[in-house]
Amino acid sequence: MTPPDRADRAELARRVAAWQAAHAAALAPGEAGDRSASGFPVAPLYTSLDVGGGAGADPELERLGLPGEAPFTRGPKPAMYRDQLWVMGMYSGRASPQETNKRIRSLLERGQKGFSVALDLPTQNGLDSDHPLAQGEVGKVGVPIDSLRDMQDLLEGIPLDQVRQIRTTANAIGPIAVALFIAGAESHGHSPRDFKLMLQNDVLKEYVARGTYMFPPRRALGFSVDVIEYCARNLPHWEPIEFCGYHIRDSGSNAVQELAIALANGDEYIRAALARGLSIDDFAHSIFLFLAAGIDLFEEVAKFRAARRIWSDRMRDKYGAQRAESRALKLFVYTLGSALTAQEPLNNIARVAYEALAAALGGVQTLATSSFDEALGLPSDEAVRVALRTQQILAYETGVARTADPLGGSYFVENLTDRVEQAVYAYLDRIEGQGGALASIESGWMRAQLDDEAYAHQRGIESGAISLVGVNRFAAEAAGALQALPSVPQEEEARQIERVRAVRRERDAARVDKALAGLREAAARGTNTVEPVLEAVRAYATVGEICGVLSEVWGRHVQRG
Amino acid sequence: MQRHYRVIVAKPGLDGHDRGARVVARALRDAGFEVIYTGLFQTPEDVVTAAIEESADAVGLSVLSGAHLRLFGRIVDLLAEAGAEDVLVFGGGIIPERDVEELKRLGVGGVFTPGASLGEITSWLEAELDARSRGALESRVQ
Repeated sequence: MTPPDRADRAELARRVAAWQAAHAAALAPGEAGDRSASGFPVAPLYTSLDVGGGAGADPELERLGLPGEAPFTRGPKPAMYRDQLWVMGMYSGRASPQETNKRIRSLLERGQKGFSVALDLPTQNGLDSDHPLAQGEVGKVGVPIDSLRDMQDLLEGIPLDQVRQIRTTANAIGPIAVALFIAGAESHGHSPRDFKLMLQNDVLKEYVARGTYMFPPRRALGFSVDVIEYCARNLPHWEPIEFCGYHIRDSGSNAVQELAIALANGDEYIRAALARGLSIDDFAHSIFLFLAAGIDLFEEVAKFRAARRIWSDRMRDKYGAQRAESRALKLFVYTLGSALTAQEPLNNIARVAYEALAAALGGVQTLATSSFDEALGLPSDEAVRVALRTQQILAYETGVARTADPLGGSYFVENLTDRVEQAVYAYLDRIEGQGGALASIESGWMRAQLDDEAYAHQRGIESGAISLVGVNRFAAEAAGALQALPSVPQEEEARQIERVRAVRRERDAARVDKALAGLREAAARGTNTVEPVLEAVRAYATVGEICGVLSEVWGRHVQRG
Repeated sequence: MQRHYRVIVAKPGLDGHDRGARVVARALRDAGFEVIYTGLFQTPEDVVTAAIEESADAVGLSVLSGAHLRLFGRIVDLLAEAGAEDVLVFGGGIIPERDVEELKRLGVGGVFTPGASLGEITSWLEAELDARSRGALESRVQ
């Protein structure tokens, strides 16, 4: 990829110009258009003229590095997938802790090394299953965890010391999830040092996308940072936060906004963690960036590569990180749910496969693939199996795992990586101009940006500017109607309500009161809440009770329309 | 449009995925409706209170979590209890066909599932509200 010398460049430029003139008609934008999903102009051809235009130093070493070397454009680890394949993560929330336990066991038996615990909405919002707002939602999109008892059932008989990674969706309730996993593992004789928990714990994005929040953003930010601080000091191998771009993207953003907003929100956590007396090198290695893999293959590969370079440079220049691990970004990627269609759902298998390919070519560390029926509701067993098989075919049949950064050096991909990088820096400046991420969440600016983009995207689909096969291209004459997926039986909710009530009857009430009083004091003092939450969890205080105490002290966030 | 209609767009329940609700709210505004978006975590009671306080002509609901039958049904019932059964209730989400029929039976005027276009939703709502206000006018004349 070394740029040709000046005479060669002039000759190449002349030939390319002549070639373009000779084939002008055929080179006009065809049905695929001439812009990427996020609006980058895409030329019909890229050559060495389009890369490494910068002055001086050898662009290959400075801009790319080798895999495992700064700026990590080509990957965070030297051997990449030769040494360790990406972790294949799958959705596995289910109606009850017992059923979830069964599903996790069966996924582990089928060769998975990690699993995720999707929590139901009441749990994610800090409500017990018998709360009036929880009615009809218990066990609907994940598993209800009201207290330590549910976590004990969920982890029953799971070989925690053989699991590479457990992931959970906790965002507004980060410290509570940490406490539940610690206490749950302990009651089965495991130490939290035996396994690794990866928490989403990015509450800021909840205020603009996804929507599970309780406290005002500044308080919630501190609650999330409690987990970062606790893990840095006690469980440094845990992964206490993922800076999330995925949900930003799923709410309608383009790829540039996805990455920039994830990083800008991340800056808020980092600043707050540094203010607690941590050094950047205490925790930067444990952070993942959670991004989407969309359908625009090359743009997505460029995005993953740009993300690593931006991270590495900012860690060095903005935060003064010294450790190489702090600068080597790890990516957690989920195939983009909003790219899937409810019409002709089997087509989604193909979409997910291309998105997964983009992730593998982009060098991600953990990949979760959507089930083809995800646009219809909770995935069926068959769809979950196909989603895992899609990854296994990618890993073991296509040969994609043999070579690090296989698209590195592609004129097009290098050019697009540079352009994505520049656009992300420009968008970061815009957010900074709004006073930073927290301020632009509080002012509504960030949400308005996503609304604009989501609306433009929907209009693009309706005008045909964005193609969706089976929807606005080649649509079937008679669109198949949505079929009902098996839903959670009403009895499950009643059973869960009875379980949480039984826990409240049977526990030591005095111990609960004492623990909750300790938590209230910590919340009022503004000290780290993880230990006092852990005390409350061990005493079988419920998630709803813990959040109730905290919102008495911190208040609740009310969304503006 | 016979007059400037006022529409409440609401997300009842705990599901926070409001991209669809927000896009539809925007499209309705662009089509000339006055739109009030309630935000997340609305109980059926909250939605009905908003509809009455704002003298809404219609209430549009978005539910993606699967809890649509209970939530839509409860809102229709509460509107009727409050004497506001003339408020048109419509909505959308991941709603299987057999539930669409059930929702219509419960009194939901229109149900839009994935793939419905913005134009389809806005022109349906306009036609439906125009027809209702003509009907109301005629019944007053008689």
